[in-house]
Amino acid sequence: MCSLALFPPPLLDGEITLYESNNELVSGTSASSCPKQEWDPPSLIFPRETLKSHSRPESSSKSAFLDHKDTLWMRSAGAWRDAGLSGLLEEIANRPDEVPKWLSVGSGCMLALLRWISSFHGSLFPHLTLSSEAMVAEFSQVLKWSDGAVRGFAWHPHTDKFAVALLDDTIRIYNSKSATSPTLKHRLQRSVSSLQWKPLCASELAVACHNCLLVWHIDPTSLSTRPSSGCAQVLSHPGHSPVTSIAWSPSGSLLVSASPVDTAMLVWDVAIESCVPLQRVGGGGVTFLSWAPDGGRVLAATPSALFRVWETRMWTCERWPCLKGRLQTGCWSPDGTRLLFSVQNEMVIYALTFSDSPGGPKAASVVADLSETTFSGPNGDVTVGGEVQSLAWDPKGERLAVLMKGVSEAPERPAVIAVFRTRTSPAFELLPCGFIKGEPGVEPRLMQFHPQFQHGALLTLCWSNGKITHLPFYFVSAGATTATCLPHHTAKGTEFSSQLLYTDHSS
Amino acid sequence: MHKVVRWRAVASFAWSVLLLPVTTSLFVFLSQASLLHPIQWITDSLCLLTASSTMFSLLLLSAVVLVIGIFIQEYCTVIPSIPCSRVALLAKVLHPRQCVHSLSHCSLGMLVTWCAAVTIGGRYRTLSHPCSESENVGQMCLNEYHLFLLLAGAFMGYSHSLLGVVQNMNYVAFHAVQQHKYMHFKGSLPRVVKCSAVQSLYSLRNYIVLYYFFGYGPRLWISQILNLQLDGSSHFLDTVAGLLDFSLLYHLWISGTFLMLTWFITVFLFRIYVSEAYSFPVQSTFTEDAEMCLPKVLSCKEPMVMKFLALQDLALLSQHSPVRRQEVFSLSQPGGHAHNWNAISRECLSLLTDLTQRLVAHHDAVASNGRPKSQGSSTVEDLPKAYPSVSKTPGSVFLRSSTVGLNSPMTAPFTPDLDSPFSSPVIRRLTAQEDPASPWFGSVQSPHVMRRGPKLWSASTGFLAKRALVLYLFNKLPEASGQALFADSQAHIWALEGLSHLVAASYTEDRFGVVQTTLPNILSSMLMLLEAVDRHFKLPHASSKPSRATCSMGDSTHKTLRFALRAALKTALYRITTTFGEHLHAVQMSAEHRKRMQQFLEYKE
Repeated sequence: MCSLALFPPPLLDGEITLYESNNELVSGTSASSCPKQEWDPPSLIFPRETLKSHSRPESSSKSAFLDHKDTLWMRSAGAWRDAGLSGLLEEIANRPDEVPKWLSVGSGCMLALLRWISSFHGSLFPHLTLSSEAMVAEFSQVLKWSDGAVRGFAWHPHTDKFAVALLDDTIRIYNSKSATSPTLKHRLQRSVSSLQWKPLCASELAVACHNCLLVWHIDPTSLSTRPSSGCAQVLSHPGHSPVTSIAWSPSGSLLVSASPVDTAMLVWDVAIESCVPLQRVGGGGVTFLSWAPDGGRVLAATPSALFRVWETRMWTCERWPCLKGRLQTGCWSPDGTRLLFSVQNEMVIYALTFSDSPGGPKAASVVADLSETTFSGPNGDVTVGGEVQSLAWDPKGERLAVLMKGVSEAPERPAVIAVFRTRTSPAFELLPCGFIKGEPGVEPRLMQFHPQFQHGALLTLCWSNGKITHLPFYFVSAGATTATCLPHHTAKGTEFSSQLLYTDHSS
Repeated sequence: MHKVVRWRAVASFAWSVLLLPVTTSLFVFLSQASLLHPIQWITDSLCLLTASSTMFSLLLLSAVVLVIGIFIQEYCTVIPSIPCSRVALLAKVLHPRQCVHSLSHCSLGMLVTWCAAVTIGGRYRTLSHPCSESENVGQMCLNEYHLFLLLAGAFMGYSHSLLGVVQNMNYVAFHAVQQHKYMHFKGSLPRVVKCSAVQSLYSLRNYIVLYYFFGYGPRLWISQILNLQLDGSSHFLDTVAGLLDFSLLYHLWISGTFLMLTWFITVFLFRIYVSEAYSFPVQSTFTEDAEMCLPKVLSCKEPMVMKFLALQDLALLSQHSPVRRQEVFSLSQPGGHAHNWNAISRECLSLLTDLTQRLVAHHDAVASNGRPKSQGSSTVEDLPKAYPSVSKTPGSVFLRSSTVGLNSPMTAPFTPDLDSPFSSPVIRRLTAQEDPASPWFGSVQSPHVMRRGPKLWSASTGFLAKRALVLYLFNKLPEASGQALFADSQAHIWALEGLSHLVAASYTEDRFGVVQTTLPNILSSMLMLLEAVDRHFKLPHASSKPSRATCSMGDSTHKTLRFALRAALKTALYRITTTFGEHLHAVQMSAEHRKRMQQFLEYKE
């Protein structure tokens, strides 16, 4: 098993990881010493102060606008429309002078009963008592989602184009081939938790919002910087909010969405705007989805210690109960046969191997140990390690980035990204590569690999100061027959790279 | 050949009959509801469940469900018929075939509510009871409650049949998400129950209004025919006081929900069973199985449902099954011809070409007429097919079934009624797609035939068009013609998916290069279709989405099929371009297509 003790020690303050070359992470003091490529993705910065978050509480503003001279029936009808049965009962119970006494007392009792039942339900599934913003923050793949400037990031699966979701509920799109960067705004686009481009399509971007899904159609040839909200399809389903995770099928035909409140996972046929709810008993909701790159399976995590792996042909599922906690994050190998995941309250990465033969895997095996490790350096000891926030595996299956949560009370223990080198054939192997270090006092929040980087892998990182940087890993893919020309190399000792750390001979 | 569908239908009816005891006991339980005496409620329900009258009702209900099933099988279609104007809708409703449907549903509904009345018992049990008024002692009086319930059943049966036409209840839609039958049923059962409760509530409202105004008639008629007295001691039910009876309304609603539920479950199970994926062999070594081979079934036109199942299977195998893909790419043993691939690609391409021609013809017709939705005289397109011509009386169901019986018994259910002048032109076109003698084929070839039509019609209907009602009836429904064009597009979507997945897979799996020979054809067909679809979406109303029906058992997927087709088409082209990449420059195609292809290669579409 691979552990953090085998990693090269983390960089000192002031040094920044620039790129990987010759199996080693190269550092420097400023970002300008990076090798140039044909298109350098723009390094962007979105300072937290320039973005005004929308402080729109959902119910408190209602009384300011509602005309209280309406008759009781008008207000009741409004309450029924806005908040359903409980809203109606509350409206009636709060007006004892306008309705008969028995009605107000009766609705008060009903309301109490409803609340008691929902609190009972909430005690079974504690996440239901959270507000929807808190729920998104809890289950998001982004570290400290509620306070970061960047709330989501998505590379286009085929071209050099990406979308960034920001704190002020806008989405910006950057394209290598055009200078215009459209800004997407929509009335319903609130607290964006996840966004993803549709595969095998140039223009569609699905966005998971507060109480709906938006599918934007952005014409790549258009010069408009503010596409109208008419370009967005709104997909909503009663009881399916907030949406915390979405995943397109790799063939581009279906979209699945999940909400921690809804026990059903929805499979959308976006073009005809219809959905099929897939419901199974247990779990109390669905928090995180990940579609295997070969399209055969979907990982669906629940808020309790249980996750499911759906097979997408007949949509049957396997239940995987965990012991310690809920599944926090997971990622698939490029061929869709291996799933790496990590569980809350545990500092390890598990692996599951699937095969087409019946039976399948019986248990997950631990492949990496991320427990706290202390490195001694010139400036004192540095402790690294912790629970996993998110995992990212590059599309060639050669690099695995692991974002580990820091300790929020201790400023000397920020979140850290550890990078492993991986090999899937002939046997599954994990080897240490190194820790990624950013500017001093800044921690990584979100990461994603570029899907089409030619010279190896390109990891895009969103930092806590609102900066988005791109970190290239130059290597020749094991499967590639012709060596691609790498920008330049700096040869150094490779004492850490040759150790074989984990071998899974069962695969 | 059609054994597949027949057995599926039989299985679905068997399941709906088997589910009947469950729904019946639920109904019994709810009908005896008395919140204040829960113990009595339970014992009453249990007694009633074992009573012989309930058993008899159950038998009767099973028979009703079977008859309903036969009707569903007879009338169901995989291509929805979309009336393009109100008069076409009216003609559809008044079509003798539909009248038979409505009348039989009327009587079946009455039968179901009779069972319900017997089961509920009490004041609903019989049609007559001894009179209580002093002057009529010894005589029998009419029990209006019983009559009220029976008429409600008849009304609900009729409205069910009517709504079936409006909402295309007979349309079997195929879904993109395949599920096991049990899971599909379980997942959708809450919706079915909700739909039947809501539908029953609406029917109830309409029925009560109707009975309030016209209830007097049937009551008098029945009492005179059966020589029964009218009991004056209680309120008549066509008065406000009589109708404000909570228990009566509750029982009516429960019975209506029960009726709708049993019928909806039958429809729903039938749809699940029929639309389930079926795996056809790609090739067979035995000649007796040759009829069931995928290329053979794909090219057959007769039962539309088999063609649809074959296309669905093609889309699935191209996506999921490398072994079966290998069979498609294989060469025939003596001779070395790629018969399988040739037959499959030819059929798919002819489907795509047909749709392209249809779209071009529609566009030309619209363009020649100016705006598609101009008033009165421009209803060229739908007038000939919607106007009930006297000379050609539509064949009645009996006539049709007798002729059908001579040919082949199972062709009827899934082939739309082609003889009928009211059937959607799409269907006629689709079935006659490769028949050069058919008039539609000619009109596609020469658009000026289409242009000659409008003048004749505008001359003859000129004075009619002045009248508001005629205008209202003949005015084209704005979105309907667009929907009708794409009514069968599920077939095209599967053809696109199947072709594109096969072509993409051929990049690594096709050892003999059989796909390469047809690649230019496939690309040009797809690009031509894309052009036609793009042009179609520039027409008014084409890109407006229909409002979503909140709760109906009718499947409204057909209304948005054009969007699905457009998305599938672009995805198919992208699938080919991302797989082949720069190699596509070596493929022969016209300069215009090459330009468009370049757009796809650069992800600018």
